[in-house]
Amino acid sequence: MAEQLIRLTGVGKSYRKGREVVRVLDGISLEINKGDFVGLMGPSGSGKTTLLNLLGGLDKPTEGVVEVDGRAISALSPGALAKWRSGNIGFVFQFYNLLPVLTAARNVALPLLLTSLPASRRKQHVNTALRLVGLAERASHYPRELSGGQEQRVAIARAIVSDPPILLCDEPTGDLDRATADEIMALLQQLNRDYGKTIVMVTHDPRAASFAHRVLHLDKGELGAAPEATR
Amino acid sequence: MNRFTLVWRNLWRKPIRTVFTMLAVLVVFFLFTVLEGLRGALTLSDISDESQERLLTSHKLSLVMLLPVAYQSRIARLSGVEAVSHASWFAGRYQDNPEFAQYPVVAEEYLALNPEIRLSDAHRQAWLENRGGAIVGRPVATQYGWQVGDRVPIRSSIWTRANGSNVWEFEIEGIFDDIDGGVNAGVMLLHYDYFDEARAFSNGTVGWYVSKGDGSLPLEDLMAAIDAEFENSPTETKTNTEAAFAKEYAQQFGNIGLIVTLILTAVVFMILLVTGHTMAQSVRERIHEMGVLKTLGFTSGSIFRLTVLEGLLLVLPVGILAMALGWGGLAFLSGALGALFPAGLGIGTRSVLMGLALMLAISLGSVLPPVIRALRLDIIALLRTA
Repeated sequence: MAEQLIRLTGVGKSYRKGREVVRVLDGISLEINKGDFVGLMGPSGSGKTTLLNLLGGLDKPTEGVVEVDGRAISALSPGALAKWRSGNIGFVFQFYNLLPVLTAARNVALPLLLTSLPASRRKQHVNTALRLVGLAERASHYPRELSGGQEQRVAIARAIVSDPPILLCDEPTGDLDRATADEIMALLQQLNRDYGKTIVMVTHDPRAASFAHRVLHLDKGELGAAPEATR
Repeated sequence: MNRFTLVWRNLWRKPIRTVFTMLAVLVVFFLFTVLEGLRGALTLSDISDESQERLLTSHKLSLVMLLPVAYQSRIARLSGVEAVSHASWFAGRYQDNPEFAQYPVVAEEYLALNPEIRLSDAHRQAWLENRGGAIVGRPVATQYGWQVGDRVPIRSSIWTRANGSNVWEFEIEGIFDDIDGGVNAGVMLLHYDYFDEARAFSNGTVGWYVSKGDGSLPLEDLMAAIDAEFENSPTETKTNTEAAFAKEYAQQFGNIGLIVTLILTAVVFMILLVTGHTMAQSVRERIHEMGVLKTLGFTSGSIFRLTVLEGLLLVLPVGILAMALGWGGLAFLSGALGALFPAGLGIGTRSVLMGLALMLAISLGSVLPPVIRALRLDIIALLRTA
């Protein structure tokens, strides 16, 4: 039986916009197992990214509980949450979010600055991560010297360099052409299959979603009734 | 890659902007150091203890008016006076250089009253034995390239010799150091007897008296006693400490301290605005990246420290270099204009500390407001920032 990693119970999220309260998520209950690859789809404004942010501890629910590996992360302080994120979550963004002043290798090394690893070990980890995403020879290149696909690979290397169990991807192929998007999806699939990473991916692209084990549909802040297994 | 690399790379994100900001910092702290040095020299802020204990008695109306030489014995007789001597204003210049201070004095008395004047025994003896001899402070000797044994012509704008010439020739018998860098450092001392005999008029008069109390009376009482001695005489006196007199003299150029302080304040304020704007812009450009760093697990505290370190790196090394260059500039000016600034040009510990405090104020004042504003935002808001 698959081991449960993430559990959301009655999670809701509201924002105050002036006098108006905007309900973004409503009563979300969800379980994700270790090694799962979950796609989150839905129209714009349906709350996909908000849900991803709650899973990653970037935001806190207005109500309900978010548990990861049995720990209620929604109750953690900002400092404890930052520490928890650095050890448990790898983020992949649509627009890569690499620091332009750092080379690919230094961008990948960023999360390791939060560890107590010595410089030599950090370098080993960076080389391994870059090799894994097929960009070892581009280590000294700056983001502006890389293509969109290569930038996303660097972002994925950064997400996995500290070996977190969970990868949260927010439209990782949204800014890429079809062929490059397929390469990125194949890479995520490899990380899921060969390295056991649990992946939750927000996407608009049905083709990208087809790489997931199961796809959840969000609409107006509520989860759709029938998750659809596609692969 | 370590955290310093991250700070360093961010500092050079826009190299031209960084270089120009550093140049602005360089200019302001160079100016700060030079102006502080000038202000210190012109306001005699580091005046020696001896100067604060020695009394100077001049004509009540003006220093340029003369006093009878007979006053010396009357002052010496007063209760509470340990020693008294006199000096006069020679008002001479060497070649076409600006006027500098030469005092005809009674050598042994004057040296006894001014222990901060350090002169070798050989030079002292040579001077005492040569009525036409003179000794000079090292800044003067350095500026004019004088050596012991040189005969130097000094043209007085007041005193003509009995033969009608206003050019006086003196033989340099010694070069002295003023260990306190005080009021005597840039002075040339001549023999009063020789001067008084040779001058064409006003013989038997002196410029002012220098005296020292024996400690039995408070200085204020002693000053009052000296002036009371000559009250209602044709030449009444005004007595003050030498330090107060020197400051009064410096202030004839206007309130230099205030002028320099105003210039400094304006310059520093302008640079603070420029640097502050640059740093604030640099931080604003990186708000999104702060969101990325927080997403990766960096805390607000660590991002704050990284940004503050960047601000310090932008200002402190260049500021310290600028102060060192300013110090060099003051040393150069000291050599070139030693006679104008007899106490030498330099800055004291207080000014160095004030400079460092200004550097901290500029770097922290420009970094803290934008970074604190940015870090008050939550991660989602930071990431949404373009």
